[in-house]
Amino acid sequence: MQFMLLFSRQGKLRLQKWYVPLSDKEKKKITRELVQTVLARKPKMCSFLEWRDLKIVYKRYASLYFCCATEGQDNELITLEIIHRYVELLDKYFGSVCELDIIFNFEKAYFILDEFLLGGEAQETSKKNVLKAIEQADLLQENEMGLFYALLAAVSTLN
Amino acid sequence: MALKIVKGSIDRMFDKNLQDLVRGIRNHKEDEAKYISTCIDEIKQELKQDNIAVKANAVCKLTYLQMLGYDVSWAAFNIVEVMSSSKFTYKRIGYLAASQCFHESTDVIMLTTNQIRKDLSSPNQYDTGVALTGLSCFVTPDLARDLANDIMTLMSHTKPYIRKKAVLIMYKVFLKYPESLRPAFPRLKEKLEDPDPGVQSAAVNVICELARRNPKNYLSLAPLFFKLMTSSTNNWVLIKIIKLFGALTPLEPRLGKKLIEPLTNLIHRIYLFFSQILHHLSAITLVCFSWLIAFLFFITVLISLSSGMPNHSASIQLCVQKLRILIEDSDQNLKYLGLLAMSKILKTHPKSVQSHKDLILQCLDDKDESIRLRALDLLYGMVSKKNLMEIVKKLMLHVDKAEGTTYRDELLTKIIDICSQSNYQYITNFEWYISILVELTRLEGTRHGHLIASQMLDVAIRVKAIRVFAVAQMATLLDNAHMLTGNTQRNGICEVLYAAAWICGEFSEHLENPMETLEAMLRPKVATLPGHIQAVYVQNAAKLFATVLKSQEGNTDSTTAQEASQLMIDRLPLFVQSANLEVQERASCILQLVKYIQKLQQKDVEVSEEVCALFAGELNPVAPKAQKKVPIPDGLDLDAWINEPPSESESEDEQPKAIFSKEEPKHSRPRHTEVDEKELARRREARKQEQANNPFYIKASPSSQKVYQETPGVEHIPVVQIDLSVPLKVPGLPMSDQYVKLEEERRQKERAEKKKKDKKKRKEKRSGRGKKHDSGPESEEDITPAHMVDIVTEEMPENALPSDDDERDPADPHKALDIDLDKPLADSEKLPVRSHRAAEVLKSPAEDEEGENVSSLEPKKKSSKEKREKKKDKDKDRKVKMLFDRRLLRLISVMLTFIFLFYSFDRKAYDIQGNLQDGSQVVVSVIFENKCDSFLKSMEFNVLDSLNSKLQRPEGSGPHDSLTIPFQLPPGVSNEARFVFTVQSIIMPQKLKGTLTFIVKNEESSTHEKLDFKLHFTCTSYLITTPCYSDAFAKLLESGDLKSSSIRLEGVNMPFHHLLARICFHHHFSVVERIDSCASMYSRSIQGHHVCLLVKITVSVDAKCDEPTLLGNVLDEIKQTFSQC
Repeated sequence: MQFMLLFSRQGKLRLQKWYVPLSDKEKKKITRELVQTVLARKPKMCSFLEWRDLKIVYKRYASLYFCCATEGQDNELITLEIIHRYVELLDKYFGSVCELDIIFNFEKAYFILDEFLLGGEAQETSKKNVLKAIEQADLLQENEMGLFYALLAAVSTLN
Repeated sequence: MALKIVKGSIDRMFDKNLQDLVRGIRNHKEDEAKYISTCIDEIKQELKQDNIAVKANAVCKLTYLQMLGYDVSWAAFNIVEVMSSSKFTYKRIGYLAASQCFHESTDVIMLTTNQIRKDLSSPNQYDTGVALTGLSCFVTPDLARDLANDIMTLMSHTKPYIRKKAVLIMYKVFLKYPESLRPAFPRLKEKLEDPDPGVQSAAVNVICELARRNPKNYLSLAPLFFKLMTSSTNNWVLIKIIKLFGALTPLEPRLGKKLIEPLTNLIHRIYLFFSQILHHLSAITLVCFSWLIAFLFFITVLISLSSGMPNHSASIQLCVQKLRILIEDSDQNLKYLGLLAMSKILKTHPKSVQSHKDLILQCLDDKDESIRLRALDLLYGMVSKKNLMEIVKKLMLHVDKAEGTTYRDELLTKIIDICSQSNYQYITNFEWYISILVELTRLEGTRHGHLIASQMLDVAIRVKAIRVFAVAQMATLLDNAHMLTGNTQRNGICEVLYAAAWICGEFSEHLENPMETLEAMLRPKVATLPGHIQAVYVQNAAKLFATVLKSQEGNTDSTTAQEASQLMIDRLPLFVQSANLEVQERASCILQLVKYIQKLQQKDVEVSEEVCALFAGELNPVAPKAQKKVPIPDGLDLDAWINEPPSESESEDEQPKAIFSKEEPKHSRPRHTEVDEKELARRREARKQEQANNPFYIKASPSSQKVYQETPGVEHIPVVQIDLSVPLKVPGLPMSDQYVKLEEERRQKERAEKKKKDKKKRKEKRSGRGKKHDSGPESEEDITPAHMVDIVTEEMPENALPSDDDERDPADPHKALDIDLDKPLADSEKLPVRSHRAAEVLKSPAEDEEGENVSSLEPKKKSSKEKREKKKDKDKDRKVKMLFDRRLLRLISVMLTFIFLFYSFDRKAYDIQGNLQDGSQVVVSVIFENKCDSFLKSMEFNVLDSLNSKLQRPEGSGPHDSLTIPFQLPPGVSNEARFVFTVQSIIMPQKLKGTLTFIVKNEESSTHEKLDFKLHFTCTSYLITTPCYSDAFAKLLESGDLKSSSIRLEGVNMPFHHLLARICFHHHFSVVERIDSCASMYSRSIQGHHVCLLVKITVSVDAKCDEPTLLGNVLDEIKQTFSQC
């Protein structure tokens, strides 16, 4: 996979992940063109597009478009499956996910994606394992932050 | 301390966090840009604080802003700071920001190497995981080289979580640093049998990706994958493996046979499952998708495997039928995938797909462009002589209906592709094809005018029988040219006029009324066409003129001929004034010629023969690659100057790039013509030669078309636009539909005749076997072309070399990964262990050589110690340590770290600078590490040049000026700079003295400091590991040019192969041959000296070199290496 984009029906980018090194300018250009092309398509149309020399696979979930670009030989359905898996993961993690969850916790959305895909390849096909890894990393973070909150509490009692 | 943290935390309470920022942006919809610019100012303030929590929060916000499209590259260094936090919470944010914002040209990436290495070896698996994830996004060739070994170690980590990530990221590393593939491959192979399914699937993933690009190197893995395929139950893994086999089977047909059985079993298993859901296909949910993928995949693979095995045609029929169900489904995705799978089957079993033509044609009506394009692709492979006309007719309807120009252009190219494929194999009636092309000219605003034009030219030249018809069509087209040129600026279709004019001119003998066409070609409106078309018009008007004269020959009434001359003389001046040089030149040339002819005509002289001779000669098509394939005759050096090289001033008045740039010099076209026999003969010759040399005349490949598009046109001339929204029917042109009907009738007639014949035969023979012919549809062979069509094959030069120029794109990163993996690993290939520059270490002397140069540096060390004493008095806080490359120098001083990384011959620098002194450049990389707590800036590097070695300074600076180092060093940061030295003689080791000056800046003050150092250039560093074959080596030794010398290495007791490895490693030699107790080794200096060693197990070294001094020094250095171990 070359990159993954999440954008809203209004064309606002919600998440982007690039697995090929490109300059910011190129990224912006590709994003703009692709968002336009995908949004111009009608809802009943198929999820696949040939764009430049890439295969674009996209799917709309509620108000969000999930859009992946793969090379010619990659399988379209696998890509579609990857998108769906990711949505399922988000859903499990946030509990019936909505666009706002991704906007406000965009770093979490990235962490989940990173546990699921690495360098553009699916690294873990088991949903359970992905969620487990994320939960444990979060736990680690909470433990670290625990000190911080404890101190905060101490300060407030002192005052 | 604790209080400080608390204070920081309270401060943090008042900062905006990410949620606040997002909310803020949503609340400031009107003045978003303004709001964000204030936010960025705040973030800049936050980044200046010491508190890492504040910084991390700021970086997190920046990552969000980056996604919105704001430039955050200025904060790259802060991101590195957050990455290096010891807390996982912040590290996570830092790496995320880095993976989003960094790319290959981000310069701070090189500062991250050590931090990433530290994180990779962290005891916390999530630290390692986060580093691996980040690295996968921004790995550069340098990072790949430096970290390859660390990642390879992680592939055997105890936790599957890490192993899995490490295996996957290796693929990225291979792409950036192909040298790592061979050393890492055995371990990667091992991971195919990892107990953890995740790791296993990752390894399968990586190997499949590698093998897809270079399958032949992975054939030996087939048995292993075969085992995996039969045992694995994970669909994701299965799909990858089958994909891999798809790439391998073309190389090893036996594999295909072996695969059939397990694959059929698999398909059966999946099909059973699949058939259960098949009857309610529209209800397929995403849950079933992976099954569906597998199904589609396996059938296509089975099909490609079983091609050539007749007994499988039944199963393929079944597959195609199932695909039909998919395509007929209302779900667009299934439709698309069905078409896709169908196109894969088409390649091997065209017959079984062709019966579904109706369905494919239906798909052309689909609203979805993706599906239409797929269907078009399929059609290309489905045409036959029988159905071509029908399919094209259908496509022509779509051309009329099509909305977007892109899709219409796509249709147009597809029509032409379909018709012209395999040398017009399927066209039975070229009149029909010409009329299709003419109909296509009705398309407004298409980009593909030149494509149609080239087809017209190609057909008219190569199909002789069609010329009469083609000329008539083209004449009509020329007559109606005004309809095509409605909007010259944007209308690419006027290109066809180019072809029309040329065809009418060249084959003018077939014209019914050349005078009319001549008139059409010389209309004033023509002057609005692009220059290159006008030029062709003028040239071909002359050809027509010749034809008119010829037709009037022997006619006592010479009015028509005189009218023609008068017409030319009246109209040509318009073109003589053309802004286009090409047009102008041709027009004035021809004008003069016609004026002369007119004079002769008035004297009643017969001129037509001479005029016709100007354009005599048949043109033959030339194959596009013909020129390339002309073998170069023996003894011809194409690079040698024929004349003396021209002086520079001559090149200035070079002609602008024009279409006829390849033309012979213009002397063959005299301006003031005197038509005498000699002259004409000469011109005829010149013309023939020109035509022979000019690929433009005949060849119609797109590339040549492009050339003439570049010529300056007449776009700036205002043109009255004619609005033609109604599709045009060019009057007087026969429509292709008529031809379809005619063709049908013709075929029917033929069939009827055939039947009659058959009947006759049957009657004669009294056998009832001929029944087949009665009802069954006619087979391909039955259709005979409408008229005998002689398709002229393209000419190739004699004894042309047959070769397929099937070159791969040199920029393809996978090309570098085409590496033989079965060869045993050589010592020099081992991955570098713990060093700053891996590629370098491959060649550089060993670590335990540390002491090598100690003696030479001893005095320096003392002086720096003294210095340190002084410094301590001045500033006790400042504590700086220096590190050195063991090989080159060891220097401990107060301020900075120098690591001399490598001296190597930099061919690139040599090339760029065009330095003719071969091999006289040496690149020195220096890492500066700031170990103190202050900021270092304005660093300047200077070396006292010796006669032999000089530091290369920018042009214009004096021999003693210092070089400014283009960066500053914050505390704890290191960076690398490279310096180029010019070295005259490399036979002696060298030491150069140098100084580094810099400003130390802290909160209170800034001071100027100076640091002395010495650079030691050893002779070894001038050697480059160069492989040498044993026969070449033997020849070298026999040549007798080499002086010999020998040494004994005292007190060495290590295994012989260690000894050899050590010499290879430290002194850049390669082993040529090893026979039992002795080995021959070879190396080459950057100036081309050969150094040959014969190392015996008795630890004696016999050496030969064409430069005794160099040899002596190298041997001394070898001796030193071994005296220290």
